[in-house]
Amino acid sequence: MSQNTMNLKVKVWRQKNANAQGAFVTYDVAGISDEMSFLEMMDILNERLITEGGDPVAFDHDCREGICGMCSMYINGKPHGPWQANTTCQLHMRAFKDGETIVIEPWRANSFPIVKDLTVDRSAFDRIIQAGGYISVNTGNAVDGNSLPIEKQNADDAFAAAMCIGCGACVAACKNSSAMLFLSAKVSHLALLPQGAPERKSRVLNMVAQMDKEGFGSCTNTGACEATCPKEISIANIARLNNEYLGASLSAE
Amino acid sequence: MTFKQMFTSSVGKKLVMAFTGIFLVLFLVVHAGLNACIWAMDGGITFNKAAHFMGSFIVPRILEIGLFLGIFLHIIQGYMLTLENRSKRKIGYEVNYSKGSKWYSRSMAILGTILLMFFIIHWKHFWIPSRITGVAEMDLGNGFVVHNLYAVMQDTFQNVWVVLFYVISCIALAYHLAHGFQSAFKTIGVHNKRYHLMINSIGYGFAIIIPLAFAMMPISFYLHWVN
Repeated sequence: MSQNTMNLKVKVWRQKNANAQGAFVTYDVAGISDEMSFLEMMDILNERLITEGGDPVAFDHDCREGICGMCSMYINGKPHGPWQANTTCQLHMRAFKDGETIVIEPWRANSFPIVKDLTVDRSAFDRIIQAGGYISVNTGNAVDGNSLPIEKQNADDAFAAAMCIGCGACVAACKNSSAMLFLSAKVSHLALLPQGAPERKSRVLNMVAQMDKEGFGSCTNTGACEATCPKEISIANIARLNNEYLGASLSAE
Repeated sequence: MTFKQMFTSSVGKKLVMAFTGIFLVLFLVVHAGLNACIWAMDGGITFNKAAHFMGSFIVPRILEIGLFLGIFLHIIQGYMLTLENRSKRKIGYEVNYSKGSKWYSRSMAILGTILLMFFIIHWKHFWIPSRITGVAEMDLGNGFVVHNLYAVMQDTFQNVWVVLFYVISCIALAYHLAHGFQSAFKTIGVHNKRYHLMINSIGYGFAIIIPLAFAMMPISFYLHWVN
């Protein structure tokens, strides 16, 4: 298989720190193979910047195999770039054409403040999880996993919701900066399983309260989150969350 | 948890929009149904009788108070939510993400504003004359005198600009319903795939049929399909 190389322009958001004024800077990147991953292209740009004595572009990344949820670039007007059901690290340069200008922005939301360049602080998600994304487990010997019957459909739906890697693309894509797809995935995967039953009501109320405290917007069911989610979390989870919230808030003391 | 806490959370605010929205959807059915009496082809007798019933009977008058409360709650909450949601992203994107959602889903506030302007003009055309400033009357015999709202409609819809404005407003209503109908049910928690499909289908059907029926009313008068 022959490799094609391309020359690109990369228009990146540069911002020194959380309080600095940011701006776009355009770089030329030459000799990029279409077999490279997007982050490898960024590595090449950064190596050049370091060699030239400049400041490399800061961006989040970790596993580079699409499962950790760390990478977070908003590429050409879509979180994680043009491919469907895909993380930035799994995006390859064959998605772009020779001579193209690629615009790279950080996740934009007040609740995700910029740390530097393309790196944003997503600890708001951690605090939402801490507010209720857990289950009670008795101490003592571990029970046999097979002793607890779970309906197949519920197990499948719970697993599909548990696919959420907490990357924040849903917030970045949403015109309201709403974290509802993330929250609904976290609430759903526990609400659908018997292990999640003890805290079922307090969980949804506490997690919604924490989400509001973090300053995310309200969901208006536009569907942008579902369309951009690298793990294809269904927007039906948001309706399930609403159902959980309505039931829990009506029956709460 | 208090009811105040329940309805002022981000999910609760949407519940207010959904419940008032569904209530207004029901109102549209009643309004379209009653107005369809203009097509009885009897010079407006059926229509004026129906309008008289709605205006004089105690039950619809009480429901009318609920209707106004519902409309104002929907409008005020809608604007507040829009402003609040917009404030959540201080710095916008260079390239906006528009492929993942429908334009009308993202434009509910603009469509709603067109509808608000329509309501003000619509109230001025019909509701205010009927309730406050008075309209010409029609004698149906045996001393049964009713407001001749049919004649008011005939008169109002001779102006092509008024007809055009009503038709444009009906198109705005159609798109507002195309998103709002199904969104309201999702907000109140309908999540089963089976019901989703049903609600989406009914929602699109409703968004076509009801605004089309409304749009045909001024057109019918303007083109003298009814006399």
